[in-house]
Formats: sequence, structure tokens, C-alpha cells
Amino acid sequence: MKQEGLKDMALDADWAERWVRRTADAVADAKDELTELDRQIGDGDHGENLHRGFRAVVVRLDDEASGRGSADERTVGDVLKLVATTLMSTVGGASGPLYGTAYLRAAKVSGRPQIDPPAVVAVLEAALEGVSSRGKATVGEKTMVDAWHAAVEAAEAAAGDGGSEVDVLRAAAEAADKAATATIPMVATKGRASYLGERSAGHEDPGARSTALVLGAAMAAALSGPTPTDPRSAA
Amino acid sequence: MTARVALVLVSHSAELARGVAQLAEQMAPDVLIRGVGGGPDGGLGTSLDAVQKALADVLTILADAAPDAAPDGGPAGADALGAAVDGGVVVLGDLGSSVLTVEAALELDDSLAERVVLARAPFVEGAVAAAVTAHGGADLTAVLESASASVRMFAAVEAAQSLEEDGAPSGGESQTSRTVTVRNSLGLHARPAALVSRKVAELGAAVTIDGVDASSVLQLMALGATQGRELRVEATGERAAEAVSTVVEMIEAGFGEV
Repeated sequence: MKQEGLKDMALDADWAERWVRRTADAVADAKDELTELDRQIGDGDHGENLHRGFRAVVVRLDDEASGRGSADERTVGDVLKLVATTLMSTVGGASGPLYGTAYLRAAKVSGRPQIDPPAVVAVLEAALEGVSSRGKATVGEKTMVDAWHAAVEAAEAAAGDGGSEVDVLRAAAEAADKAATATIPMVATKGRASYLGERSAGHEDPGARSTALVLGAAMAAALSGPTPTDPRSAA
Repeated sequence: MTARVALVLVSHSAELARGVAQLAEQMAPDVLIRGVGGGPDGGLGTSLDAVQKALADVLTILADAAPDAAPDGGPAGADALGAAVDGGVVVLGDLGSSVLTVEAALELDDSLAERVVLARAPFVEGAVAAAVTAHGGADLTAVLESASASVRMFAAVEAAQSLEEDGAPSGGESQTSRTVTVRNSLGLHARPAALVSRKVAELGAAVTIDGVDASSVLQLMALGATQGRELRVEATGERAAEAVSTVVEMIEAGFGEV
């Protein structure tokens, strides 16, 4: 699907902010589902923790927006860094430092006003590297690494085929979604779920599911302009 | 507060962190120990802000306490840093997110890297072992190693006990090998074990009690030596005889509990 007005889809700091706000909405909607998944194989706090974290991120984005002039020179990395530090401070469970590190590493490779398809791949790779090094997990252990890894591979392929920003994000989001579903029959060997051993099979990993939500929001933010909930769209 | 290495204990639970800090403080009163626990909402979890604050507080106190901070009126920052190089903070975490949060705090602030280290150790045993080692004035590396070694404690005690059961003849009395009977009713519980292990570390001789390393507070406690038990104290090295008689006297005196 080609759209007119490619400029509207530029992956800039405003896109990053829309991404984060949409993630907060998606997490709020899926809060109970994530908590239920986590209750089955973890400690039952994933939905609530992530919801608290992203709600705090939105508050900080609002605060920041009110103190920023219209001619701001934000980079994509600025937004992602704010997400990283806020999640680390507010989430409380393991997903705080895990997602926090993902956003922190992603911020380090996106310190520019706008990112192109290869840079999107670099951002996803950095996030994957952050999650797997912080969690000391690798692919196939029924964790969020499975979703991030699938997303990186799909994004690389899409960028290699000359895909647009949206193509790359769509490939990543769809792959993460499939990978999350694919964690259902797996037996966990990392994280709290690994204490359950064989009994962890038959349940979807909540971290892989939330990763799919995050990447789905990235794609949706690229497809859309400012959403009605974005305060600046009303200005 | 004389020890140059401090401890920060990070738990999911504020009560657990406080409790372990208390336990370790009792056994190592000269060591600065801070327990941090609970999530941002006060429930179970870990708060990055609280961890960062504890690290900053402890580093500030250490820098203020460093005896030769800015002795010649030079730039205080550089000197304080220099004084702290072999000192610093050993951090222990209990489960998943505590450890991850500490790692994240270290990644966020590069300047912490040379003075703050995260130990891979069991929470209670590691904290106690690290505290007792730090109490003797050990440097950052030694305290970290002591915490890490605590994970091997159970295996070490079992090995010593099976050696004992294999009937290695326990030899007669000599200057470097003596038998002593535990006199106080609680035996080598936490406080006496800490006293003995600190004294042994101070003496610098290799001392064993019933085959376990007497400089390890954890191994001594794991002996479970209560009143009436006979213990064999052995030592090697230059000051072996002195070490054996010192330890035997301590045990015979009952640690002020008889």
C-alpha cells in the first residue's frame, strides 16, 4: 500500500512520541490479559507493572511538551531515552530494567532527528541486544527475546528488499506477533517461568506478548499522523 | 566506621533488605551496610531511584570518611577518588529484577563502574560473608571474592564432614593441632563465628576447625557446633601455633556467654 504524502510518515521524534503514546494505550487495553498470562507462569505483575510504567512515561511526555517551544530539535533518541529512564524508575518488576535497557540501547543508535529503514533495523537490533544481554537470555527460552529476535530478522529482510519505513516496521510487528504466539508450546528456561519447568508449556509468554504490542504500536504510529489524544494535534 | 568497603543489599522486599542488613551489621559493626527494598509503589519490587540514591549516599559517606581525602588541599574530587580506588561498594541483589535494576543503574552511570561491583552470590550468605571480610579492612576485590565464595559454602562443609567420617585419624595433640570443647550453650552461632573468623583473618595463618576454613564465617556457622561438641583446631603456616592457641582460648572462654 503506497500512500501520498510520505513526509507524514517520516520516522522523527514526533513519530517516536506517537509510538510511545500508542504503546501506553495498547498496554492499558491489554493490562488484564498480560497480567493473566503472567499469573499463569510468572508472578502476575507484568500487566500492572508495564501499565504503571507507560502511564508515567505519558505524564513525563506531557510535562515535557508543555515546557518545549515549537521549534524543538528533539531526536528520536531523546524520546526513547526518556522512556528508558522512566520505565526503569517506575516499573518495579524485571520488565522495568529489561525494557529500560532495550529503549536505552535503542536511544544510543537513534540520536538524530529522523531515522531511515536501515536505522530502524539498527534500533531494533540495539533493543534486542539490550534485552538479551540484561536478561542473559537467548532465542528459544520462551522470553521477550524470542519476539525481539523475530522482529529484527524480519526487519532486516524487509530493509534488504528496499522496503519503506512502514514496510520495515510492519514486518517487525507481524513477526513479533507470530513469535509471541509461538512461545505457547515452549518450555521456559529463563525468568520466573523457568521455575515451573514443563508446566510452563501451554501458556504464552507475557513479555513476548508485550513486545508484540510495543512493535505493533510502532507500526501504527508510522501509518497515522498525530492521534486525537496527542495534545499537540489540537493546537 | 573504619571499613573502606561498604555493602548495599537490594531486595524485592524492604523488610528482607532491612533484616539482612541488620544481621550483617551485627556481625560486622565497622561496615557501612545499607538495605534497599521494595518497588516504586512501596510493594514488592525494585526501585531504580532508591538503588541510585543508596549508592550515591554510601559513596558520599565513604568519600567523607576516607582518611586522606584532600590532605594537601589539592582538588578534593581527584583525591577522594584516588583514596576510594581500593575501597568501594559491593552490591548484592536477591532475585531477578533486583539484580537487573542494579545492572541498569551501573549502565546508566559510567562513573560508578570502578567503585561499585555487583556480587553474584546468595543474598543472606553472601552479605554476611562480605560484611565480615570488609570488617577486617579488606579491599573491594577481597570482599567481592568473599561474597562469591559463599556459594561454595555448602559443598565445602560437606566435603570436610565426609573427610571426617572417612576416619582420618585425628592425630594427637600438638602445638598446631588441638581439640577443644564448645562451652557456651549456643555454640558457634553467628556472633562467635564472626569473632573467630575475623580473628583468624587477622592472624594470617591457615586455620581449620573440624576441617572447614576458619576464616569463613559461613563455614563455621554451618558446622552447627553447639555446647559440648569437640572441635579439632588445626593450623599451618608461620604463626600456626599462635593461631591454634588463640582460637582454642576463644572457644574455651565461651565468647562471654558462659
